[in-house]
Formats: sequence, structure tokens, C-alpha cells
Amino acid sequence: MKPAITIKNLNFYYRQVMALKNISIDIPANRVTALIGPSGCGKSTFLRVLNRMNDLIEGTRIEGKILFNDTNIYKDMDLMKLRKKVGMVFQKPNPFPMSVYNNIAYGPRLHRKISDKELDGIVEKSLKSASLWDEVRDRMESSALGLSGGQQQRLCIARCLAVQPEVLLMDEPTSALDPVSTAKIEELVKDLRDKFAIIIVTHNMQQAGRISDYTAFFLNGEIVEYGATREIFHRPVDKRTEDYITGRFG
Amino acid sequence: MGPRRYLDNELIGLNRMLKRMGFLVEEAIDRSIRSLVEHESALAREVIADDDLIDDLELEIEEKCINLIATQQPLAGDLRKIFTALRIITDLERMADHAVDIAKVTIRLEGQQYIKPLIDIPRMAMLARGMVEDCLNVYMDRDLELASSINKKDDEIDALYKQVFRELLVYMMESPRTIDQATQFLMVSRFLERIGDHATNVCEWVVYSVTGKRANFNE
Amino acid sequence: MTGKNLTQSAAFLALRAAAIITLAVLFIIIIYIMSNGLRHINTSFFLQGPTSMGRDGGIAPFIVSTLYVSAVSLVIAAPVGIGSALYLSEYSKGGLPVRIIRFCTETLAGIPSIIFGLFGFVFFVVSLGMGWSVLSGGLTLACMVLPTIIKTSEEAIKTVPDTYREGSMALGATKWQTIVKVVLPVSVPGIITGIILSIGRAVGETAAVILTAGSSLRAPVSITDPGRTMSVHLYVLTMEGISNEKAFATAAVLILFVLGINYAANKTATFIRRKV
Repeated sequence: MKPAITIKNLNFYYRQVMALKNISIDIPANRVTALIGPSGCGKSTFLRVLNRMNDLIEGTRIEGKILFNDTNIYKDMDLMKLRKKVGMVFQKPNPFPMSVYNNIAYGPRLHRKISDKELDGIVEKSLKSASLWDEVRDRMESSALGLSGGQQQRLCIARCLAVQPEVLLMDEPTSALDPVSTAKIEELVKDLRDKFAIIIVTHNMQQAGRISDYTAFFLNGEIVEYGATREIFHRPVDKRTEDYITGRFG
Repeated sequence: MGPRRYLDNELIGLNRMLKRMGFLVEEAIDRSIRSLVEHESALAREVIADDDLIDDLELEIEEKCINLIATQQPLAGDLRKIFTALRIITDLERMADHAVDIAKVTIRLEGQQYIKPLIDIPRMAMLARGMVEDCLNVYMDRDLELASSINKKDDEIDALYKQVFRELLVYMMESPRTIDQATQFLMVSRFLERIGDHATNVCEWVVYSVTGKRANFNE
Repeated sequence: MTGKNLTQSAAFLALRAAAIITLAVLFIIIIYIMSNGLRHINTSFFLQGPTSMGRDGGIAPFIVSTLYVSAVSLVIAAPVGIGSALYLSEYSKGGLPVRIIRFCTETLAGIPSIIFGLFGFVFFVVSLGMGWSVLSGGLTLACMVLPTIIKTSEEAIKTVPDTYREGSMALGATKWQTIVKVVLPVSVPGIITGIILSIGRAVGETAAVILTAGSSLRAPVSITDPGRTMSVHLYVLTMEGISNEKAFATAAVLILFVLGINYAANKTATFIRRKV
């Protein structure tokens, strides 16, 4: 299968520090890829390289190639278009302080003039895809901040879906949520896998095991091991991977 | 101390329990064979009674493994260790059952004169005992070299089994009166051969536990 | 009782006393002015012009001047102030220019208003030839309240969590779209608070206005007409011993104005916050 994103010899610098070292992997389409590793290992940085969120930080520099639809995202692609196609869900749910409806409508409205009727359709479809529609259909006009943490996170996912991305980046999306909300998000991720390439950073080994098809283990800015999740969790090849996933790191 | 001290200690404890179970099984096989060779039905009854100890220990180990899986979320090497322990105790328990089966034969043949002196069966018993000892050492030391040498012993025991089988067949054909006893001895040799198979299984599980890859020493 | 508890109780008492003193002083001033001023206030005081230099009649033209001058200053200061606050917090990447701008605004905030008045007089009134006018007064006041608006707007913008900005950018919004659609709406209550504070200062300012807007007794019509604000009128009434009664009445109206502005602005802020 054609990979959703191809990364070739990626180096990433923050000022003088080399935060990512010679990373070359293919992110498969229609699969969930988990990025695991200890804090500060570069997994979140890597995630943010993929939609160029690191551009917001001064003093960052990148070498190597990242190909998305055969286009080098750092050279030949419009930044806004990239971020539209590569959506991102953050660690802490961050719905805008607006109504539920306007949160979802925010993205589509940015990119083009759109009729109210079409917008209604997009909002409903996005909320349904994020399995939130039934919970919020009667409160579309009330503030998104009134939703529970788990609902807010699903709203953020729906907000991404509304601009029709091809890739979803998730940065520890459940670390601020209770177990039930976490389970709902995990189910959602599994459902969404059919339509998107999903890359998820997680500190929760069990979560990576439950929802991902592939796992990459990061350590000190390098990928130590990358492979099918069942292999990594069952019989990792590298001793460092084994130590990390069995909780004996360091 | 590492960050998973609790799990590490529990795994050490698990090892110790398995070692104890292995020791009890070894002893049961030993005594059952002695009871048969030396016509000691009292010893045979002891073997049967002591089997409860082994069964209890098996349950205890099972419980511990389930608890570790439920509370410690073991992965990779840890998961394989615990899973392997569960499989190994099943094999050990079967071996103990075979020892009991042999002890029962002793009791069945109580007061009877044996149709022939037992020569090959004690040799098989020696081999089987040796394999049990080996497989326990393989487990304790995670010794993959010793593990891969076990199939040689298994071949020997299989060859002996065939030899005993043919010999007893001859006895039975020559004299139908021997059929009753000969069948019993046939069963004993069969039990010993099975004990060897279980010891081989244990070695295979240890290989899996260490490498994550399945081995097959029975071919 | 242990020593620790004793210290604790003593500290609590002292703090409570400080709070009570503050409240008391505030109330005494307001009650004193209100009790002296309110009884001289009637409808004609609001609707009529002054006669015999303000000894009799009302303060209608001065109310108009006050509102006019304040409005002009806000129309100028608010966009400039909010704009520079946005620049400082959203676009500038720190460094020397920003430090210089910060230093200037902070210094500007500490300068006595009479100096603004002097500057306004020399620059707007004389050099630019605007004469004593609502425009000169408004511009001078704008210079004066600019630091307040910049500072409070910047604080308000800083309270918008970065996660909102990231969320918006991650959806493909440009920086400008993010500012207009997320940052500004969220920081509006804080910005409005800054503007209220500025209105309060503008309405009550005397020194800067007397030198730039003049002290004409007539209500200004055009932006180039001179005018006399309530505080200037109050100053003249007292300094020249024209009428203490009228002075108190004017002061009472001034206080009512400031109270009213604060109240209205607070309401607006809550309303907007709820709508957002």
C-alpha cells in the first residue's frame, strides 16, 4: 500500500540542539501508528514536524524530506493547505470558547465561502464521525466549554474532520481524560482508521497496544525500533525497546 | 533497584514456586518407578497422596500468574515469562499425573510375580528422570543450548519405548497369561515416554520465553 | 494558644483593619461630595448653560465637552492601543525594539498629566495650529491613556491560552484569521476593562485638558471648537471662588458619570463574554 507520509533522513534542530536524528519511516495510510518513548525523546516534536507546527517556534531548522502526496511539505506545499490536510488533536482538549456549532464550522469557514445549508451538513457529518452527534444535537448553540472533557476532545476531533483531512495527528489525546472518556476516544480512533492515517503519541503502553497497528519507539531523538505493534509488544528486537515497554527504562 | 521492583520480585517468587513444583514432580516420578521395581505399594500410595500437593501448587502458581497479568500489565519479556510459566505448570502437572498412573500400576500388581525382570523400563525411567531434571535446569538457567539438546534424549526414550513395546508384544503372543501384566507394563512405558514429551515441551516454552520465537523439538 | 496562632490572628486583624480603612476613606469622600452636591442638582442643572461664569445655571455645555473630548481621545487611542498591543504580543518576536516600546509605554504611563498638557499645548495647539479645541484635547488625552490601553490589552491578549492559537493554526488558519476570529473575541472583556479605565481617566482629567481644549463656556459643535470639560469647570469654579455649591454639584455629576461608565462597561464585558 502507498504510504500516507514518507519521511526520509529527517534531522530536526532546535537552535544548536539536534532534536530528531536521521529519521526515515513510512507512515501507512488507513492505519494507526503509535509513537512511544520517554519524555523528551522527540516523539511530540516529530508529530509537530508533520504539520509544521514547529514553525511557530523560533530557532527551529529541518533537514531531509517529508513527502505527503509526493510533495515535499517543507518546500513545495502551501502551509495552510498542509495543516488542513494534516489535522491535529492536542493533549488538552482545546475547543474554542464558542458554540458547539461554531467550533466545527470554524475550519470550513476559514477556507472558503460556504452556504449555511452546506455548513449544517458538514457540522452534522463531522459530529457523527466523531460519535458526538447524539450527545450534542440539542445543544449546538451552547458553549463548547460546557461539555465534559471527553466530549470536548471528541469535539476537537470533529473540528479536525470538518476540514476533511487525510492524516490525523494526536498528541496524547487522552492523557487528561478519565477511563470511560479514554475508552470512547480509543474506539473512535479505531473507527476513524478506515478513512485516515492516524499518528498518535502516547505514554500509555496499553493504549498503544490496544489501538495501534504500528509502533515506533523513540529514544533521544532517534527511532530505535519501528514495526507492527504486536511484534513490538510481544517480542521487541532491541533491548532498549524491551526495557521501555516493560517499564524498566533507565 | 529498577522501577519495576514489585514485578521483578514477584517473577523471582514465581520462579521459586516453579522450581519447587519441578522438584516435587521429579520426586514423584522417582518414587513411583521405585515402587514399581521394588514392589513397594506403600510407597506407591504415598505418591498418590502427595499428588495433591502438586495440584495445590499448580493452582497457586496459576493464581499468581493471573494476578500479575491483571495488575501489572506485563508486556514483551515479562508477558512471555508469565505465559510460559502457565504452560510449563500444565506440563509439570501432567508429568505428576503420569507418576500417579505408574504408582497405580504398582498397586494393581500388588503381590504378583512379574512375568520378567524389569530392565528396559528402569532404563526408560532413568532417561525420563534425566529429561525432567534437564528441563528444570533449562528453565532455571534459561539455558538454550541444553534446551536444544533435549530432543536427542527424547529420541532415545522413543526408541526404547518401541523396543519395550515389541518385547512385550512377543511375551503376549507367546503366552496369553502374560497379557494382563504386559499391558500394565506397556502403559508404564507409555507414561514414561509421555513424561519425556512433556519435558521436551517445557524446553520449547523456555526457548519461547527467552527469544519470543517458537521452537519445535518434537520433530 | 500557641505563638503561631497568635501571629496568625494578629496578621488577620491588621489586614482586616487595612481593608476597612480603605473602604471607609472611599465612602467618606463619596458621601461628603454627594451630600454637598446632590441637593444642588436638578434637571435644569443638566439641561441649561451657565450664567455669570457658572455662579448660576447648569453645566450642559460642559457635559457635552467632556463626552466629546473623551470620545475623540478613545476613537484615536483605542485602535492604536489595541493594534500595538496585538503587535507586541502576537507578531513581535521580542528583542530590542520591543523592549524599547515597552520601556516607552511604561515611562509614558508614569508622566504627570500636566506635562501631557504642556506637550499638547506646544505641539497640537500651537505648532500644528489646532488651537484650543476638542481635537487638541482629544489627541492629548489619547497620548495620555495610550499606555493604559496598551498595557491592559496586552494583558488581556496574553490570557488567551496558546492552545486556542495552536488549535486555530492547526486547522489551517492564518495568523491574522486566528487573531480576528479567536484571540480578539476572547480578549474583548479584558480590553474593554482597559478602555473603561481610560474613559475614567479621560473624563476626570483636568491639567492636560485645560491647556489644550480650553475653557470656553459654550458647547463645542465642531471638532475644532474649544470646550470646557466638567473637571476643568470644577477647577475654575473652585480656584476662582465662583461657587462652592456649583462645584460640589459638578463633582457629584462627575462621580455619577464615572460610576455609570464603569457599570455600563462591566455589563458590556459580561454580555460579550457570555456571547463568546
